[in-house]
Amino acid sequence: MTDIVGEGLVLVGALFMLLAALGVVRLPDLLTRMHATTKAATLGVTLIMLAVAIHFAQAAVVARAFGVILFILMTAPVAAHVIGRAGYFVGSRLWEGTVKDELKPHYDPLTHELKSGREGERRPGESDVP
Amino acid sequence: MSPIILLSLALMSLALCLAFVRLFRGPTLPDRVVALELFSSILVGIIGVMAIATDVASLLDVAIVMALMAFMAAIGFARFLERGGPRDD
Repeated sequence: MTDIVGEGLVLVGALFMLLAALGVVRLPDLLTRMHATTKAATLGVTLIMLAVAIHFAQAAVVARAFGVILFILMTAPVAAHVIGRAGYFVGSRLWEGTVKDELKPHYDPLTHELKSGREGERRPGESDVP
Repeated sequence: MSPIILLSLALMSLALCLAFVRLFRGPTLPDRVVALELFSSILVGIIGVMAIATDVASLLDVAIVMALMAFMAAIGFARFLERGGPRDD
């Protein structure tokens, strides 16, 4: 019974990884490719590590497998955020079908400055005299 | 080694080949970094499946180190890109 569950988890995890690789080949620009790899590959690794935990069923191995899952779940969004930010700033081109680019009006590529969009407003307690 | 494990290994090898296609073609450096990160995720999966297939639990340590190295590499590449790496290749 546990063998069948474990093998099913391994197979589904491998399929998700194949899906991520397919997405990274077929999708049109950097951000959509990242959207494919980050989520699908994370889910694939999670499922395979669950299968490892079920297959060995010892406390030490289960703890290590869950350690891998926790680490991947914590680091994958951070790495994706950092790479996406760097890719945008380097100027990788977006897909021509992109509907909205909310960062564009706030970012100055020459000075590498990112504005919040609320520079003109006065904060409470701030006087006109400098 | 059961046929399902073999099939999963074959699927993940195919995924590695597809990721390599993007690594080879990728128009800009960030695309290649994304492909490398996918590489490391698939490798962690392959190491997990090999741990199941060979009944060696210590292979999980290798998987942990692999995930750690991939995260460090991604952060390093991103810093390198933002601090003025090659803009086009």
